[in-house]
Amino acid sequence: MQWVNAIVQGMVTGGFYALFACGLSLLFGVMGIINLAHGDLAIIAAYVAITLVPATHLPMVWGFVVVVPIFAVGGYVLQRTLLQASLDRSPFTTLLVTFGLSVIIENVLLEVFSANGQSISIGTLITNSFALNNVITISWFSLTVLGVAVAVLGALQLFLSRSRTGRLIRAVADDREAAQLSGANYRHLFGVAAAIAFATVALAGLSYGMLTEFAPTSGVTTLLFAFEAVVIGGIGSLWGTLVGGIVLGVAQQLGAQINPAYQILAGNLVFLAVLAVRPRGLFGLRTA
Amino acid sequence: MTTVEQAVAAPPAAGALHARVTRGGRTALAGGAGALVVVAVLAVMPFAVSAADTTLLVNFFILLTMAVMWNLLAGYAGMVSIGQQAFVGLGAYGVLVLAMNGVNSFAAIPIAAIVCAAIALPVSVLVFRLSGGYFAIATWVVADTAQLVISSVTSLGGGTGHPVPGLSQLSPRAFAEATYWAALIVVVVALGVAYALLRSRIGLLMAAVRDDEVSARSAGARVMATRRLVYLVAALGCGAAGALLAVSQLQVQPGSVFSIQWAAEMIFVSMIGGMGTLEGPIVGTILFFLLQQNLAQQGAWYLIIFGSLAVVVAIWTPKGLWGALRQRTGLELFPVGYRLVTPDRADAPARPSSRRLRRR
Repeated sequence: MQWVNAIVQGMVTGGFYALFACGLSLLFGVMGIINLAHGDLAIIAAYVAITLVPATHLPMVWGFVVVVPIFAVGGYVLQRTLLQASLDRSPFTTLLVTFGLSVIIENVLLEVFSANGQSISIGTLITNSFALNNVITISWFSLTVLGVAVAVLGALQLFLSRSRTGRLIRAVADDREAAQLSGANYRHLFGVAAAIAFATVALAGLSYGMLTEFAPTSGVTTLLFAFEAVVIGGIGSLWGTLVGGIVLGVAQQLGAQINPAYQILAGNLVFLAVLAVRPRGLFGLRTA
Repeated sequence: MTTVEQAVAAPPAAGALHARVTRGGRTALAGGAGALVVVAVLAVMPFAVSAADTTLLVNFFILLTMAVMWNLLAGYAGMVSIGQQAFVGLGAYGVLVLAMNGVNSFAAIPIAAIVCAAIALPVSVLVFRLSGGYFAIATWVVADTAQLVISSVTSLGGGTGHPVPGLSQLSPRAFAEATYWAALIVVVVALGVAYALLRSRIGLLMAAVRDDEVSARSAGARVMATRRLVYLVAALGCGAAGALLAVSQLQVQPGSVFSIQWAAEMIFVSMIGGMGTLEGPIVGTILFFLLQQNLAQQGAWYLIIFGSLAVVVAIWTPKGLWGALRQRTGLELFPVGYRLVTPDRADAPARPSSRRLRRR
């Protein structure tokens, strides 16, 4: 029963990884940017929440009302300035620039907030749970995060396939020149895609901060989780990312069941195994 | 001789009958002679400066070795790895394991480096399945995995690390000198290997693959084999740098030898100095140490400033400081590319009029 419990807990955590990964997926899918600062941006979201939300007298759990709009605007601005400038050079440059950003963010956070771990306190909401039987208890909060992840992925899918802006974004991603000839402003559309990606990063960062302790150096770990979820699920597949997140979550929980020190290692090994056996991922449309 | 080199020799078509293709020149001779003098001066440094200064120089050589290797990977072969700290850490642990089994720590440095190259071979099979940014993060996962595996081995001290045994037999002075010379040898070999590699057929192949992989493939270039060779050489070099780190710090700790900070430093140094030039990493490393020495009291700010500088350089002068200088003056101390010299401007530095096969 302990093992079944590990699998159930892993599946619940998987939703959280998928939430992390969808911003990464979107930026790569639309602009071809691999955002190496993705994890660090999520950590910024958590720090912004503990700094700003108390001043608004909102309950902490509603912090996303404040943080998500800030991140959406920030994402648009960053895309129109720094990211677009590096994209104009080459994909190679975006890689170096986002890596630079990652290191800068991590060290600035270290200087401002110190290396001490902190967390976003939401009181008893984080401990509330329900029992399936005498071994398996599921946290309501984790289940909510899984629900949010599914909702975000579904909304994103609908937005990209049904709305005018979504279709334009897909057109620009497929063939920029042709879309431009038809009047699409790709710079603006890239900005919109980045705004959405940053909004999901903020959501993921807030859930992370509520679920566990975070520190300026947590960004690296979260980036690797998000990336592993994307590759396991298959690059280019939104729902594959959800499955990838769940596979990663289950692998980590099973690893932790063997020895708590093996949690992250087990996830990495599953990732490397997928790379060795099925480099397109479980639902991959194409290789990276 | 080879298709690539024939293509290089082909351009002088119309008019320039007496043009010749060259890669040397006066500045290259001066560069070679200057390099010899610098190495000779550095070799006698321990007799002239204090122990603190030799320690600083050892750290300089270690970072420079890493930067040269990263520049080979990214600047020439177009592979952005952010997981080279895997081999830095494995090199350091290689020395530790060998020293624990009675091998002299200095003799262990080359062995550890070769072990790193051997480990890089299966790793390359995995990570080469991805390209671009996904390759970059995959190398990072490998480094993370290596750190987690090493940290779980209790006989190597687990997460807290282990001192390197056998180093206390030497007097502090003799030890400092031996470490210094070992580091100097490693960095000179690293630069020499990089220079020789880039001037060989493989150097041309690397540039061809980086600039246009599809064309290179269709011209018959063995893309995978070339990439793999460069990856193994970079693992060897980073392993040697890590092995030096273990010896100079007398102690190996997984959180420090596998730190992402090594990747950050080697990347920033190469970017700022100029990727795709042999001189760039040298210039970048000198700048890095000047900045670090002046801002040592301000915590992590040197890394923040250096990182910001790297971002600015990447966007506005992607060829780096040395690349910008070379573009203005045509100065090349260690030329690895070919250029066309027309008779009227023989031996003149490469100006727009003398067409040059650019390496970047």
